[in-house]
Amino acid sequence: MSEAHAHPNYIKIWFWLLILLAISVAGPMLEIPWVTVVTAFGIAAVKTFMVAAKFMHLQFEKKIIWYLLIICVTFLGVFYFGVAADIMNSSGQQWKDCIADNTCIEQRL
Amino acid sequence: MSLQGPIATHRMRTGIPTGRLAVWWGLASEIFIFGGLIMCFLLFKFNNAPGFEDADMTSTAAGAFNTFVLLTSSLSIVLAHAAAEKGDIQASFRYIWFTIGGGLVFLLVKTYEYSSKIYGGITLTENVFWSFYFTATGLHALHVIGGMVIMGMISFDVRKNHNLQRVELIGLYWHFVDIVWIFLFPILYIANF
Repeated sequence: MSEAHAHPNYIKIWFWLLILLAISVAGPMLEIPWVTVVTAFGIAAVKTFMVAAKFMHLQFEKKIIWYLLIICVTFLGVFYFGVAADIMNSSGQQWKDCIADNTCIEQRL
Repeated sequence: MSLQGPIATHRMRTGIPTGRLAVWWGLASEIFIFGGLIMCFLLFKFNNAPGFEDADMTSTAAGAFNTFVLLTSSLSIVLAHAAAEKGDIQASFRYIWFTIGGGLVFLLVKTYEYSSKIYGGITLTENVFWSFYFTATGLHALHVIGGMVIMGMISFDVRKNHNLQRVELIGLYWHFVDIVWIFLFPILYIANF
């Protein structure tokens, strides 16, 4: 069982999560790209932090768990940027971009 | 309460009970599974792969409703944990089954979405977007089903006042499933950026 710590007001946190959900749905309706990115992904990040910190009690957790999670997210970044350098580059010779001409799936069938 | 019984509750080298540490390690591996999928999605998306405009065809209302359901079930499972800590096992049992009910509602909505797409001729091989949609949401739904089964098993132990620490452990898992959906929702339903 978790170590003794005061439980936060979970109902209040849930209420704020619902408000953030409403904003994340309403934001993209404005059809302004930067507003869409901020409301959809920025708010997803805030909601994630709230769920992790309050519901998963990460705010009371030992540092080793924080290190574990930070390492995981860092490696995801390494994966993304490591692969992106190749995936995003379709210039040069001997290249056939099957994503752009939508033939990747057909090639596998 | 049987809080000091199982070795998972009191053996600790890191200051964290072994059972809880094991769940965090499990979740760390899950970060790579879902994180890897989402990273691949973004790579395709930013590479202007055709098919991503189909994000307009997903039902924002269904996705938002399912987000509401999962957020609410996250609330109920953390309330189950709080009740277990107070020794109120009846309340904990009820909250766990409320959470299972939330998972069931989520799956029903997902089934409706899947069937409407499949009957409309859209399947896994339609294009990259739908490949990702069915893979990511299908894998997520399997995690929801797994969580519901484990919660059902734990609930009967809770009613007997056994292994109450497991309520916190399954709660951690369930919150993670919620967090995965928090990211799947914008990229598949609302942000055709």
